[in-house]
Amino acid sequence: MRQVISGNEATSLAVKLARVAAISAYPITPQTTISEKLSEICGSGELNAKFVKVESEHSAMATLIGAASTGVRTFTATSAQGLALMHELLFWASGARLPIVLVDVNRAMAAPWTIWCDQTDSLAQRDTGWLQFYCWSNQEIFDSIICSFKIAEELLVPCMVCYDGFFSSHTYEAVDVAGQSEVDRFLPPRKAEYFLDTKNPQTFSGGTLPGYFMEFRYKLQQAFDRAHGVIDRTYGEFAEQFGRKYDNIESYFTDDAEAVLVASGSAASTALHTVRKLRLDGKKVGLLRIRQLRPFPEQALIDALKPGQQLGVLDRNLSPGTGGVFTQEIRAALGRQGKNQPVYEFVAGLGGRDITENDIKTIFAMLGNGQGDLTQINWVGLKT
Amino acid sequence: MNEITFFGRGGQGAVIASEILAEAYFRDGYHVQCFPSFGVERRGAPVTAFLRYDDEFIYLRSQIYQADCGLVLAAGIVQASTFRPSIKKDAVILVNSSQQIPNLDGLRVSYVDATAIALEYGLGSQAQPVVNTAILGAFAKIDDTLKLDNLLGAVASKVPQKTEENLKAVEQAYKSVKSSE
Repeated sequence: MRQVISGNEATSLAVKLARVAAISAYPITPQTTISEKLSEICGSGELNAKFVKVESEHSAMATLIGAASTGVRTFTATSAQGLALMHELLFWASGARLPIVLVDVNRAMAAPWTIWCDQTDSLAQRDTGWLQFYCWSNQEIFDSIICSFKIAEELLVPCMVCYDGFFSSHTYEAVDVAGQSEVDRFLPPRKAEYFLDTKNPQTFSGGTLPGYFMEFRYKLQQAFDRAHGVIDRTYGEFAEQFGRKYDNIESYFTDDAEAVLVASGSAASTALHTVRKLRLDGKKVGLLRIRQLRPFPEQALIDALKPGQQLGVLDRNLSPGTGGVFTQEIRAALGRQGKNQPVYEFVAGLGGRDITENDIKTIFAMLGNGQGDLTQINWVGLKT
Repeated sequence: MNEITFFGRGGQGAVIASEILAEAYFRDGYHVQCFPSFGVERRGAPVTAFLRYDDEFIYLRSQIYQADCGLVLAAGIVQASTFRPSIKKDAVILVNSSQQIPNLDGLRVSYVDATAIALEYGLGSQAQPVVNTAILGAFAKIDDTLKLDNLLGAVASKVPQKTEENLKAVEQAYKSVKSSE
């Protein structure tokens, strides 16, 4: 049934319909309304799950590592410093091959203190061995969470679903909320092959000598290699049942575009709005929306690009000393494939600064008239 | 695409008003998007909320900078220097006020005494009346798109407490709104 709900409500409803068995979370803006709603749903008995209250995000992740080890479906949500506090346990969750699903409501990392959006928090966790998806609408948040449980549980890899604080979390729009029987048909209960069981005692993730550790990591990398196919198949099954199709990279107006911008999250949505307007003015511009950071959709990116296109990347994040994370990932992918395509790097919208139609027009103007600088970051909307 | 900005003070229900109105336009068959000004809300401090509706899905996700329409829950806000730049020069505005306000040239202004209506139906407290449903009832009268039945349905579904009183406030405001000419 279609209903007008916020991004965070879309998350709570998806988690309920996924019949999660264990939830643990610690409040942090702008995530808090997710854990509030889930605790209500657990308290009322609408969802038969254990909601474990904890004193920190570190403990929330530790709780889920324990719960997921018993073979059940688990969920948590956090933002910014909360995600950073989980950092060491994010490695543990992936190393122990636990298919935990985490929503990160993107919020800039303090200091200075802030509650507003950018993507640096989740992008800084890119080496922790988690799948990472980035959403631009409340419908996509709902759908991605349902899909993520299925993908994570097949691969035995944890999964992070990310979306922009306030721009998505606190924005209301219509979402087609699937019925319980439909979700049950798509997402059967988790069946763990290996789990903690008092009747069959085993040890997991014990001390591992140099003779074996590297092979554990190799297996994890293999799972990420396999993820491309598993994700594509899952999206195919989802589209068949629910009629909405997702891809790890989505192309809009790129076929004949002279300038193409790569963007993610809510900024990609405003970018598409602007591209459609610029097209009405006859400007040959296009958008590549990147939905997935891990595994990085290298082949899909290469396939989506045409030779000779001016390519820009919009980064709502910063890795100081190098630049935007998406730019670095895309340059690395192009380099690995032997492509000598210049990539212009645009950093905008840090700490919740609005990314407007005019900002996107400025970027396309710089791409079109060669004003962009290839050797350094092109800051958008910076006060100087 | 139509863009509406709500101007209120913390405690008046401006953010909930934007959600109720979004629900009402959704029931009219429109694509809707609404969101509060992203910040830390405090009782009495200025609060802004935003609503877009359109015939097609709304991709634009930036703040609204020049609204087609302003719903002003706290009349004093129209005197602030930030008010006029945040709406179009010929915007439709609806002000919660018992009397006309000078110096609103160029705007299409209507008034409703939402505070009196809220107090009459016991919405909020004497010191802090919740005027959001009354202002929406008045808006249903001046906005050609919004259907009163859909607004009443939206209020019934989004307001779990004092539902009957809020529905009566909507209807009373619908009848008592006045245009400035």
